[in-house]
Amino acid sequence: MSQPQAATPAPEKPGDAGNNGASVPAIFRVPRAGLLGKAREGGIIYPFILLFVILAIWKGSTFYGKTNLLEILDQQSATLIIAAAGTMVLIAGGIDLSVGATYALCEVIATKMAIHGDPALAIIVGVLIGVGVGAINGVIVTFFRINSLIATLASSFVITGAAALITSGNLIIAYTALGFANFARTEFLDVTTAAWTMIGVVIILGVVLARTIAGRYMYAAGSNAEAARLAGVRVQWIKLVTFAISGGAAALGGIIDASRVLSASSSNGGTVLTFTVLAGIVVGGTSILGGEGAIWRTVIGVLFIALIGNGFTLLAWNPLYEQITLGVILLLAVGGDAWSRLRTT
Amino acid sequence: MPEGEDNLQGAHVELRDISKSFGGTRALEGVSLTIGRGSIHALVGENGAGKSTLGKIIAGAHAPDSGQLLLDGEPVRFHSPRDAIARGVILIAQELAIVPSLTVEQNVFLGVEPRQAGFQNRRELRRKYSELAASVGFELDGAANAGSLRTADQQKVEILRALSRNAQLIVMDEPTAALSRPDVEALHKVVRQLAKNGTTVVLVSHFLGEVLELADTVTILRDGRLVHTVPAAGQTEDSLMAAMLGRPVDATFPAKRLTAADAPVVLAVRDLVAPGVNGVSFELRAGEILGLAGLVGAGRTEVARAIYRANRVHSGSVVIGTGNAVSGTPRAAMRAGVAMIPESRKEQGLLLTRPVKENVSLSSLAAVSTAGVLRPGTERRTVREILARVDVRGGGYALPAAALSGGNQQKLLFGRSLLRDPRVLIADEPTRGVDVGAKRAIYELLTSLTASGLGVLLISSDVEEILGLAHRVLVMRGGRVTAELTGDGVTEAAVLGAAFGTEVPPTATEEERA
Repeated sequence: MSQPQAATPAPEKPGDAGNNGASVPAIFRVPRAGLLGKAREGGIIYPFILLFVILAIWKGSTFYGKTNLLEILDQQSATLIIAAAGTMVLIAGGIDLSVGATYALCEVIATKMAIHGDPALAIIVGVLIGVGVGAINGVIVTFFRINSLIATLASSFVITGAAALITSGNLIIAYTALGFANFARTEFLDVTTAAWTMIGVVIILGVVLARTIAGRYMYAAGSNAEAARLAGVRVQWIKLVTFAISGGAAALGGIIDASRVLSASSSNGGTVLTFTVLAGIVVGGTSILGGEGAIWRTVIGVLFIALIGNGFTLLAWNPLYEQITLGVILLLAVGGDAWSRLRTT
Repeated sequence: MPEGEDNLQGAHVELRDISKSFGGTRALEGVSLTIGRGSIHALVGENGAGKSTLGKIIAGAHAPDSGQLLLDGEPVRFHSPRDAIARGVILIAQELAIVPSLTVEQNVFLGVEPRQAGFQNRRELRRKYSELAASVGFELDGAANAGSLRTADQQKVEILRALSRNAQLIVMDEPTAALSRPDVEALHKVVRQLAKNGTTVVLVSHFLGEVLELADTVTILRDGRLVHTVPAAGQTEDSLMAAMLGRPVDATFPAKRLTAADAPVVLAVRDLVAPGVNGVSFELRAGEILGLAGLVGAGRTEVARAIYRANRVHSGSVVIGTGNAVSGTPRAAMRAGVAMIPESRKEQGLLLTRPVKENVSLSSLAAVSTAGVLRPGTERRTVREILARVDVRGGGYALPAAALSGGNQQKLLFGRSLLRDPRVLIADEPTRGVDVGAKRAIYELLTSLTASGLGVLLISSDVEEILGLAHRVLVMRGGRVTAELTGDGVTEAAVLGAAFGTEVPPTATEEERA
C-alpha cells in the first residue's frame, strides 16, 4: 500500500536508465510520489481525521467527550484484537473467514466454564481452544493445500455447529459469575480492562509484525511464497502460525465480549463479525493479495468504521443507511487502491 | 535486403518528437523516426533506454505525453491497444497472453470466434484456423491445448492471433528472450516470412546478433533519446553496443582466474536422481566456475533445484565442503552452505512489492536481530555494505524491488546470497533480461567471488557466457551429463554438439524436444 510501484512490474522500468554497472552509482530513480501517491501513503488516515473533525464540530463534546470516545474504544476491543491478528493472516497471504465462528465457540465454552468454576481458568482454556482451532485451520491450509478462503469457510460451519451443540441453541447467562465480569469491566484510569487488553494485544502484534523476524517472514510469505521458500523462509509454518494467532485472537475477542455483557450465545459473532473485521482491515489499506499492510492501518480502519456507526447514532440517522455507507466506503477503499496502482505503473 | 527498403515502400509509421514520462522520470524525449512498410525495424538499447516504452507507444499501450504518431501519413491517437488493433497495429508483449486452458484455435480467434446462434461454430473455427496457419506456413495443431505448448509455439499462437486481426504492423517485445536455440531460429523464420508478406515488424530486442540477422533498420536509444537510426547492413555488434553505451566496449569477459589444481572440493554431487535429473555426478572446486550448458529442458535448472532441495530428490547425495550433506529443504541447503540465484528473479527470487532492504536481508535475518527482534540499524548497515560489494549504491533501500532495473534486481539477489557467506553459489541464468552494462558487472562479480574461494555453478543458455566465464563445462542432455569439456576443449561447437547430441551443430530449423 505504501509503495506507488507495488503493482505488477512492467518489463522495463522507466526509472533505471543508463546504469553502466561499474562506474555509475546504482540508480534508484522512480517516479516521485505525486499528490495521489502521498494520499495512498497515508491512506485511511486523512479520511479518518476528516470524519473525526466533522463529528467533533457537528456534535461537539457529545462526540469528543471522554465518555463517548472511551465507549467506542471499549466496544471495539474485540473487533480490534481480531482485526489485528487478521491483518497478519492477510499479509502472509491467507484469509480467515472463521473468526466469527471461533469467537462464538470460545465465548460459550469460557462462559460455561466461568459459571461453574474459576473464571481465570475459563479464560485461559477458551483462548487455548481458539489457538487450537486456528492451528487446525492452518494445517488444513498449509499441509492439505486447501485454499484458505474455502478452508476457513468450511471450518466456520463446523465451528458454529459445535458451538450450537454446546449451548443447545440457548443463551448462556452468567450474571452470577461476577469474577468473570471483572475480566473486561474493571476500570483502570477510567479505561476498561477490555480496552487495556486490546491495547496490549494490538501493540504486541504490531511489534511482532513490524519488528521481528517472524513478522518479516509473514510479509515475505505473502509477497512471493516461492521466493520466500527459496530464501529459506518456512512459508507453511509461518502461515500456520498466523492462523493460530487469528484463532486465539477470535477467542479472546469473544471472551472479552462475553465478560462485558455476562452472557454468551452460539449465534453471536458469526459472519457479521467476520466481515466487519475484514472491512476494517481492508479499509485500513492492507492488501487482500498479501505482502502489504500494517496493524496500525487496521486500527485506523476499524476505528473509522466505528466512527461512522457512532456518527449515525449521535445524529440519530436511520441505521439502515449505515450499512449502505459502509459498503460504499469499502468499495472506494479497494477501488481507490487498485486505481492508483494502475496509474503509477 | 537492407538497402533502404523504407524509401521504396514508403513510411508505415512515423513518430515525430515523441516524449513520455512516468511520474517524474523521462522515459522518452523527443524521439522521431520512420518505420518503413514491410520492413523489420529493430529498437535496441540498454534496459531503461526506452525501447519497450517506444514499442508500446507505437502499439497504443502507452499514450505519448507529447509528439505525433502518423500511420500511413495520417496523424492518429491511440487511446488503448484496442484502438491500435482496429488500425492493424498489434503488440506481442514479453509476457504472452495465452489462455492455457483453451485450444490453439480458440486462442487465435479469442473474442472473434465464428458463431452460430450464439454458439461457437467449431467446424468453421477449424477451417478458418487451418487457412490462416497455412497462409504463413505454421505447422501447429489447432486442437492442441495452448497451455501445453512450448513458449515458441505459444508465440506462434500470438502471431496467428495478430494476423487473424489483419495486423499490418506487429510490435514484438523481446520475442526470443525465453526461447531455446532451435526455437529462436524457428521464430526468426516466421519473422522473415511475415516481412516478406508485407507485414511490418518492430522488433524490441536485447540480442544484438538477432537484430543484425533480422532487421533492415536499427534504431538505437540511450537514456530515452534517439542515438540514430541506421540500416542494419553496415553495423556490427560492437558498433551497436558502442552506440548504446555511448562509449566503446572493452573486452566483454573479465580474465579467468586460474583454479589451483589442488583446490578443495566444495560441492560433490553423486548419482543425483530427481525430477528431470537422471543420475548426475560431478565435483566443484573452490574458486572454480563450472558451467552447466544444454538446451532448455535438458535438466540444468532441475540439477540446480535438486542440489538446493527446491525440488524433491529421489536418490543420490550432495555434499558441501568436507561433509555437510544436504538434505530436506532449501532452508537446510542454505544452512549447509549453498546459495542459489534462481532462474526467474521475479517469480522465484524477489519480493517485488517489498523494500530493497527486506529483499537483501531476508535470508540472514538472524544475523541482524537479537532474540528474534530485528535491529534496524544493524540491518541497514549490513544491507548497505553488501550492496556496495555487489555494486548497487545510492540508497533508496525503502523502495520496492520492482522499482529497480533488471540488472540491479539481479544484484540484489547476489547480495542476499553473499550475506549468507556460502561455499557454493548456484547462479541460474544470472544475466537473463539484464542490460549490457549490468551483464559485464555481473561477470566481474562472479569472477571476483571465486577469488575468495567460492565455487560457482553457472547455468546459462548464452553459450558465449559459458565460454567466457567457465573454467570447465558440463553439457547436459535429457537429464544427464553428456560431456565434460575442459581447457581448449571448451568451444562453441563442442558445447552445441553435445547439447544437441550430434557431432556438429544441427541446422537451425530442427525442432527437437529435449
